[in-house]
Amino acid sequence: MKLTLSGIDRSFGDVQVLFDVDLVLNPGEVHALIGENGAGKSTTMKIMSGYLAPTAGQVLLDDVPATFAGSQDAEGRGVVLIHQEFNLAEQLTVEQNVFLGHELRRGPFLDKRAMRARTQALLERLNCKVSPDARVRDISNPDKQMVEIAKALGREARVLVMDEPTAVLTEREAEVLFEQVDRLRAEGVAILFTSHKLDEVKRISDRVTVMRDGRVVAQATTAEMSEDDMATAMVGRDVSSLYPARTRPVGDEVVLAVRDLNVPGHATDVSFDLHRGEILGIAGLIGSGRTETMEGLVGLRTATGRIEMHGQQVRFDRPRAALAAGMAYLTEDRKARGLLLAKGMRENLTLQSLPDFTAFLIDERAEDRALDRAIADFDIRAPHRKVEVGNLSGGNQQKLLLAKTMLADPEIVIIDEPTRGIDIGTKQQIYAFIHALVADGKSVIVISSEMQEVIGLADRVLVMRQGRVAGELTGDGIGEDRIVRLAMGLDGMRGAA
Amino acid sequence: MKLDLHVLGPILALVVLVLVGAAMNSNFLSAANVTNVLSRSAFIGIIAVGMTFVITAGGLDLSVGSMAAFIAGLMIMVMNGLLPTMGPGWPLVGVGVGAALLAGLLAGFLNGFLVTTMRIEAFIVTLGTMGIYRSLVTWLADGGTLSLDFGMRTVIRPIYYNGILGISWPIIVFALVAIAGETIMRRGAFGRHAAAVGSNDQVARYSSVDVNRVRMLTYVFLGLLVGIATIMYVPRLGSASSSTGVLWELEAIAAVIIGGTMLKGGFGRVWGTVIGVLILSLIDNILNLTDGVSPYLNGAIQGVIIILAVILQRERKAEG
Ligand SMILES: Nc1ncnc2c1ncn2[C@@H]1O[C@H](COP(=O)(O)OP(=O)(O)OP(=O)(O)O)[C@@H](O)[C@H]1O
Ligand SMILES: [Mg+2]
Repeated sequence: MKLTLSGIDRSFGDVQVLFDVDLVLNPGEVHALIGENGAGKSTTMKIMSGYLAPTAGQVLLDDVPATFAGSQDAEGRGVVLIHQEFNLAEQLTVEQNVFLGHELRRGPFLDKRAMRARTQALLERLNCKVSPDARVRDISNPDKQMVEIAKALGREARVLVMDEPTAVLTEREAEVLFEQVDRLRAEGVAILFTSHKLDEVKRISDRVTVMRDGRVVAQATTAEMSEDDMATAMVGRDVSSLYPARTRPVGDEVVLAVRDLNVPGHATDVSFDLHRGEILGIAGLIGSGRTETMEGLVGLRTATGRIEMHGQQVRFDRPRAALAAGMAYLTEDRKARGLLLAKGMRENLTLQSLPDFTAFLIDERAEDRALDRAIADFDIRAPHRKVEVGNLSGGNQQKLLLAKTMLADPEIVIIDEPTRGIDIGTKQQIYAFIHALVADGKSVIVISSEMQEVIGLADRVLVMRQGRVAGELTGDGIGEDRIVRLAMGLDGMRGAA
Repeated sequence: MKLDLHVLGPILALVVLVLVGAAMNSNFLSAANVTNVLSRSAFIGIIAVGMTFVITAGGLDLSVGSMAAFIAGLMIMVMNGLLPTMGPGWPLVGVGVGAALLAGLLAGFLNGFLVTTMRIEAFIVTLGTMGIYRSLVTWLADGGTLSLDFGMRTVIRPIYYNGILGISWPIIVFALVAIAGETIMRRGAFGRHAAAVGSNDQVARYSSVDVNRVRMLTYVFLGLLVGIATIMYVPRLGSASSSTGVLWELEAIAAVIIGGTMLKGGFGRVWGTVIGVLILSLIDNILNLTDGVSPYLNGAIQGVIIILAVILQRERKAEG
């Protein structure tokens, strides 16, 4: 089925975010929609799949104008959107989610047998090992993504729209997804996806549309555009040098020494040092215990072991204690753990450092000044100052989260997935920012599933596997191949399990 | 700027009620009636201010009515018990007041402890303590009424009936509590933290907010306010029984919700609660003053208002 957007405008209140967007999705074609954070990609996708109505313009299905009454209506006509954030019922099983709202029946009863068989078949097609009986809240993020896709396939999508499907996937998992995309393309499904990973765009798409500030600024076949062309069209400036060069050497002083840190169920005997002015990368597969180790370190989880800051032994039983000692952790999960989505930017920005803004009462003027500064320093683009944070685009939420963490002026910053869902221009800003921190004598730990990011940023890399430090790489020894081998536990001879 | 019904709604409702009341009975706006209405709302009002914080932080407290009865009983027994040694007078009142405040503090602490450290649902915990306090006061009164010694009653009466500049003490205390509450909620770090915890406790935790401490403090704060409300209440009748404070918890919660605080937590406003309390007591008062509608319908009308308030809240959400 062919889907056409013609002259789409969309406003939220007084703020117009889409301007005259035209886009054609052809059957059997994979179309990539790229653009900076807040460019309007998600909004465009929501309009084509019935979640939002356009303020002006038309959606056409096979050249016939279609007005969707809602997302249900669009799904009924074969247009399915997989959201940027998961849209699964956490308490239900995989099978129940796949058929949610479309349960198969035999007479008045649910046809459990048929649903089980269908679910099993869909999951197998996706090479996904989760059991149909598993509760969604218990399965990993990549598996959730697969369940979302199984759900879409189960609805017999003729137009499949995926908003950043690979943001939470490792490269390997993304590869599995792309095999499915290839297959669906061969079956004649029209596919649209967004990604901030331009190599993926290059690898999988046939056609690219670039958006900037709510407008389509470029449209071409993928073959005609290099990754650099895409980046330049998105950002409107040259972004070829993503990773800044070091301006100051790593210091000798050990600011943080961790010995035999154990986080029950997640990490075993983790030991490492962190030096002044150093960027320490932590690599590993999803589920290798990287996040949990760091959460144990800052008192978000119970942990045992010896932690020294500047040679003094410390114990953090709560994050406030770690923060007071100058160590802050920035979560990978900005929606569930990072930001209060129903509150404004100001409340979110100062939440962690509220004591600094409070004498007897909160100094709201000082808060406003801090927000002004954060908006300028981190280039946060919001429709207006009072916007609910949940309505900011993903990348701008991430920038706000970064601003919030830095407001406490920590000496050691642990950043978990610093650029998840962030556009390339912003990435460059965030990398520059991390470098500015270390140039300033602070120390940074970066956890990242993006190999290039770890390699490009870190002075030293710890690779974790199954809750242990599998190896440490420094200087020229940091390479994709070495990291992958350590992360997978390969000794060089055996292939992947 | 467009009219915000969620801000104006409760105020408009209050204004309408005042107009209706004034139209139906000429005594309605008399100083005596106004003082009477305000003094009676003070008990629930003081408690409802504390309830606003509990609900904003994502909690609930069903035990406040029984707690008030229990504290009232305790206060009376302490004063009666020490009367032979201390004699009637303000020192003894001071001891009674101290006992009430301490009991409120401890009762709030117990609720908070069970909710935070023991991780039991607030609904269950306070349903439990509600039953416990109610039963304890019935037991202390041996099924009847605990009465304050007559000599003491005359000493303590002024706490309810006197005041300054013609404004009675309960009204003054209510006003002070409300102003302090509104200030803390709007401009205090504690209010911000309570809203953060109620809005998403994980985010609060990851933002170095001590979630348990904030929750605990909301219950302790509420317990203390129940103690204060009881101190205002005991002088009025000079007695406590198993029917003291019945349904106060629901009235307090209703006032909070009518005032625009979200029942699921995350957002609260104390001034709204004050208006909620006034609305509830005005309905009661108007029905008592007029002949047209039976005062027995009081509960029904209050119920309708609560449901209307919640519908308004939902629309607020849908717009977001
Ligand atoms: N419900 C809403 N109310 C107000 N503004 C909104 C709403 N939804 C989106 N916006 C605004 O519309 C703009 C486009 O947002 P959108 O989510 O489409 O961006 P995006 O291109 O998907 O960005 P990202 O790469 O960060 O996901 C942003 O400025 C955002 O703040
Ligand atoms: Mg988006």
